Amino acid sequence: MANDPGKNLLFAGVGGQGVLLVAELAARAAIHAGFDAKKTEVHGAAQRGGSVVSHVRFASKVYSPLTPAGEVDILVALEKLEGLRWASFVRPSGLIILNEEERVPAQLTDKPVEYPRQIDTFLIGKGFQTVLINATEIATSLGNYRAANIVLLGAIADAAGIPMDSWMAVIRQHLPPKILELNINAFENGIELKRRTHAAASHLTDH
Amino acid sequence: MQGKEFLSGNEAIARGAWEAGVHVAAGYPGTPSTEIIENLARREEIDVEWSTNEKVAFDVCYGASLAGARALAAMKHVGLNVALDSLMVTPFSGVHGGFVIVTADDPGMHSSQNEQDNRFLAKFAKIPMLEPSDSQECKDFVKIALEMSEQFDIPVLLRTTTRISHTKSVVACDEPKREPPKQYKKDPGKYVVPIYGKRWRSNVEERVKRLEEFANTFAHNRIEWRERESGIIPSGISYQYAREVFPDASVLKLGMTFPLPRKLIESFCDGVQRIYVIEELEPFIEEQLRIWNVKNPYGVSEITGKNSLPNMFELTPDVLRRTLLHGDGTTSFEKEISIPPRPPVLCPGCPHSGVYFVLHKLKLTATGDIGCYTLGALPPFNALDTTFCMGAGIANAFGIEKVKRHVLGKKLVAVIGDSTFLHSGIAPLIDIVFNKGITTVILMDNSTTGMTGHQQHPGMGKTIRNADTYAINYEELLHAIGIRHVSVFDPYDLEETEAAIKQALALEEPAVVISRRPCVMLESERAKPHHPYEVIDELCEECDLCLKIGCPAIDGSTPIPRISAERCIGCDLCAKLCHFEAIKPIAERLN
Repeated sequence: MANDPGKNLLFAGVGGQGVLLVAELAARAAIHAGFDAKKTEVHGAAQRGGSVVSHVRFASKVYSPLTPAGEVDILVALEKLEGLRWASFVRPSGLIILNEEERVPAQLTDKPVEYPRQIDTFLIGKGFQTVLINATEIATSLGNYRAANIVLLGAIADAAGIPMDSWMAVIRQHLPPKILELNINAFENGIELKRRTHAAASHLTDH
Repeated sequence: MQGKEFLSGNEAIARGAWEAGVHVAAGYPGTPSTEIIENLARREEIDVEWSTNEKVAFDVCYGASLAGARALAAMKHVGLNVALDSLMVTPFSGVHGGFVIVTADDPGMHSSQNEQDNRFLAKFAKIPMLEPSDSQECKDFVKIALEMSEQFDIPVLLRTTTRISHTKSVVACDEPKREPPKQYKKDPGKYVVPIYGKRWRSNVEERVKRLEEFANTFAHNRIEWRERESGIIPSGISYQYAREVFPDASVLKLGMTFPLPRKLIESFCDGVQRIYVIEELEPFIEEQLRIWNVKNPYGVSEITGKNSLPNMFELTPDVLRRTLLHGDGTTSFEKEISIPPRPPVLCPGCPHSGVYFVLHKLKLTATGDIGCYTLGALPPFNALDTTFCMGAGIANAFGIEKVKRHVLGKKLVAVIGDSTFLHSGIAPLIDIVFNKGITTVILMDNSTTGMTGHQQHPGMGKTIRNADTYAINYEELLHAIGIRHVSVFDPYDLEETEAAIKQALALEEPAVVISRRPCVMLESERAKPHHPYEVIDELCEECDLCLKIGCPAIDGSTPIPRISAERCIGCDLCAKLCHFEAIKPIAERLN
């Protein structure tokens, strides 16, 4: 791992969606693979339905736990608007995995909130590699909508550059046995989905 | 037990305390410090408690130290304000067993009412302070702090920030070394400070000098020579940011920020062309350099510090780039597309919602306090006029009453949560009784410390390890201090809630009305079966009255509001508001 630049990951979503869990799994998978890693987030008020974001950085040596703006390699958004909120941290042509779920934020003023439309089109227009996944629906079909976060984690498994056996070892070690099978299913679904969209995209560019 | 662990700063502090054989630990929950005491509670061999407030936690730990034990108190930055009276006297009296106080500051005010740099409190109290820059140092510095405490006969402050407390990094762990507490010795000449303190006054100054000598050779104040053009002096998390942004610069990394190592700083500054003091929040190190008139004889003598860097909010790598490298820093898409903020909200079914709906309806003036219920200040409730700090709201209301009784007398309430009330709400209530006030206080009893994640408090009948203990009987307590009118209501019953508040306001005497219903996020509440509700399209008149309960499970962006079946817990508050009976349990429709 000498001088391996590693990757900077950013996980964003709404309090209660399981942002912190997937960030933890990613950081531990990187350590399992032999990297140095740091993970940072802010607890507290964010838990009450507010914005939640967690930075995960891994490389041969990591100093700042916060990734500077424009240096995030992969952004995983468990909610669409939260993806938009943090997209400016992603490097040019970086990867954004966007869950299709939309949650209208509570209003701060007496004016009703307008949820931005066509977030994915906007991000594609900015040159990001944007992949839209209906993770909540997939997780629901697998047995629990709460596993949407693990579907999305699966979708970055290849791109993160962490060996598959490290991912699986960490998932097995850190998720409770009762929901392990469901989550492995969710993870594998995420991997497959990303691979298929990737194949479709290269098919398009070929012609 | 040995090996590497992936720990947050807070987990690492707890690990370090355990490895160093701490006997007693105490604290009051407060983000970002809470997990220190929570993690210590998992070590059965340590006596750990949630104290009623930070001053009590400090005094309990100090007592343990005097009895020869190693002790650790943990609190957030403003918690140290509460404990400051106790802290200030300890340089006079010293310790017996090692005593470390963790202060977790919150640059960026992520979950705090203010931003304050507690390095100034170390200097103010003349107490040494260590500042870790990652989890490994969090663990190691606890041990060092305990040893320093015993060596210099003084408590030691360990300062973290949110970014240190809540960042995980890899930590090499050691085996614990536990020794029994030392013998207790009666020593009034040392510990009865009001009588004998004068004797120790010069000792306080002399000790600071010895500590400064120590700091000059302290292994964690270290120079990392790289290129000599720029020399950076950081402390805490700023070290990581400096290494990130200026990888080639020489660095004097300060692990100890009070007292500062004058000789070491001067020799470092002599060896570089340009001096940068990179510190988060206030110019604490920089001011000392300027007082000492530290100059660079060979290069640029002007120090770069707060003349370029902000003294507020977090000092991120982006801020360093923007200010010192004149880079772009954060770009945002907000000019091109609207990105509405997502504020935190009360949870679906939160008992506070019922109270705030009524406060809004009655158009009351309300002073608030610290907890989840501060969110009642936001729409749709707009129910709170003030919120400052722990326990302030009750006396604030009394003060307003003194001035505006003829206008607001029957329209004024103080709102306070159960844990906050026990922390610092009782004394102001006694003040109201004593001084003939007529204030009405709403005690929001949700049977837990909600905001920080459900820590035990003296009203719950459970200790930190869930052992049974006496549960405060609020009604008896209130009667004993002279509150004659105490009533209890269920905030899910809006009519009862309104009646109870109106009844108390009508009295010409102080009154406490207790809103009693457990927090819906408690495990015990979540385990109960929930029957979600739905909006019946044909019955809905699109009046949006149901949105007035501020429930995040209801999406009001469509003409007919939609209730999320996954998130609705079936409290039926929205259904109670509906004039058209258009909100019904889902099961009912299926029947």
